[in-house]
Amino acid sequence: MFQYIARRIFGTIPVIILISMLVFMLVQFAPGDPADLLLSDEATTEDIEAARERWGLNQPVYVQYWKFLTAALQGDLGTSFRYADPVLLMIGDRLPATIELAFFAILIAIVFGVPLGVWAGARPNSWIDNVGSFFGFFGISMPSFWFGIMLILIVSGFLNLLPSAGRNTYGIADDPITGFYILDSILYWNWKAVLDGLSFIILPAIALGTNMLGILMRVTRSSVLEVMHEDMVRTARAKGLSEHKVLWRHAFRNALIPIITVVGLELGTLLSGSIIVETVFSWPGSGSLLIEAINSRDYPLITGTVLAYTLMFVIINLTIDIIYAAIDPRIRFGN
Amino acid sequence: MEISIEERTSLSARSSPFMRALGPWLKPKIVVGGVFVMLLCVMGIFAPLISPYDPNAQDLLKTLQPPGWWGGEHFLGTDHVGRDILSRIFFGARISLVIAVTVVVISGVVGVALGAVSGYFAGYVDFGIQKFVEVVWAFPPLLLAIAIVAFFGQGLGILIIALVVQRWIPYCRVARGQALSLRTRDFVDAARSLGASHHRIIWFHILPNLLQAALVIGTFAMASAIISEASLSFLGLGVPPKIPTWGAMLADGRTYISTSWWLAFFPGVCIFFTVLGINLLGDGMRDIFDPRLKRSGGGTG
Repeated sequence: MFQYIARRIFGTIPVIILISMLVFMLVQFAPGDPADLLLSDEATTEDIEAARERWGLNQPVYVQYWKFLTAALQGDLGTSFRYADPVLLMIGDRLPATIELAFFAILIAIVFGVPLGVWAGARPNSWIDNVGSFFGFFGISMPSFWFGIMLILIVSGFLNLLPSAGRNTYGIADDPITGFYILDSILYWNWKAVLDGLSFIILPAIALGTNMLGILMRVTRSSVLEVMHEDMVRTARAKGLSEHKVLWRHAFRNALIPIITVVGLELGTLLSGSIIVETVFSWPGSGSLLIEAINSRDYPLITGTVLAYTLMFVIINLTIDIIYAAIDPRIRFGN
Repeated sequence: MEISIEERTSLSARSSPFMRALGPWLKPKIVVGGVFVMLLCVMGIFAPLISPYDPNAQDLLKTLQPPGWWGGEHFLGTDHVGRDILSRIFFGARISLVIAVTVVVISGVVGVALGAVSGYFAGYVDFGIQKFVEVVWAFPPLLLAIAIVAFFGQGLGILIIALVVQRWIPYCRVARGQALSLRTRDFVDAARSLGASHHRIIWFHILPNLLQAALVIGTFAMASAIISEASLSFLGLGVPPKIPTWGAMLADGRTYISTSWWLAFFPGVCIFFTVLGINLLGDGMRDIFDPRLKRSGGGTG
């Protein structure tokens, strides 16, 4: 097991280096002078010359790349020109909001997607299968940004039930401990703030989670459908177990591996989906930070956010691979 | 309506070989999906003929008019500068169609070609191509596209490159897997022993076997390309603002959502039904061609 983990981690290092190269190349090959790109519009000619000197833009490309890489490895992703803060700190400030939103989106997707899929798979071609399949196609075909706007229109606008923008009502929250607003409020035992936070997160989490819900439902359905034909299900039935027990104790358990795989794979899609959903709901996460950075042409912030998102994605995938190997020894000894 | 048994028997007896060949294709999924896709094509191709107004003609005396339905002047209403929404939807379909088809074709050609070469030659060639795949695939979906447009600026060409940049990979993976197993098959050995060149073997013996899978992946890639294009346009990173697109219409309409719902509602409905139609069609085609391909698509970005 240790050997497998070591091999996977070492295998990831070249990928990370190549990713940093690709991101570096984006800045290099973008039309215009990198010095112009990396400095604000108010920079004077002297400023630009000074920056060239400082960042070594007069030096060969490989030297520049080396400087970029070593700085990035030390956690220096540059300074935002709009806010004059270190990029890494800014991303760190916004990240908990994104993770919190993603967590609730996954929760919604699993709580609704998996049972629907299990019921649909247990009774193919029944009415519940048709309802489930409808939700499946609905989820995978629904553009999250439009769904979000429609939720705002109906739930916040017509029905006036839930707030449509932001993360909390001003003044209810205590000082952050972890940055996860709802978790912090629980730690402070501030239930008013917990409910407030939940009311803000429901709509964006639904908008973000619907796509994953659809995919999860479809995968669970086909996975359960496959398992239901296996001998062990027949044996369980022959033993006289109730259909409920056969389904949830035996069939569902064996159908879990593909379901976990899809949750893992979809985490990445969720990360990029959050960029759009955060923009729709003015959610103060790292995704909306990226869009703000693009709109204000804050290139160090764009580069930093893209790099941070990609690294997160790589680390999530690596973790999932290692978890699988722990669960299923066949993966460890395979290719 | 009841059909008697005699009538039913005569119907099936009369069915021509053509109808029988069509049989597996007449499933609800494929028919419904096909109708939506046809609608998109008709709207896109005939946009200039069926649009009641110029999609960019502004009429500041008639801004934010609600849908007039059959009797009104503007069937689906007007936007914040008085442009006719129905006409903009027709022209928006054109952009979606052009971009989606171009992206899918380019991704398919690049992906299948690289996959076939990678799988056929195996060894170092395969290793190199697969490392490249791994690196490009390591970026979260859509993020690389957003970064490319952010750095290189808006434009149709840039947008297409941004959408192709990760979309060729599913083709490449499946094509590689199939080519790897095909290269050791007897008919390939036979061709090689007859003195066929690598080029000829890949072109005439490997590629034809990869097309069915590519077609299925292509439909799902088309659905995801339409959503991605709309997402980028929605974020203001799509084609230049002068060209009407569904995503940009949605972004404009978002500002007026509390007073004029129709601005954001109709373009979204179009995106949803188009993507739904393509997904249904793709799912139906996969059931017919190859049920084993079940996990190779369906995601959106």
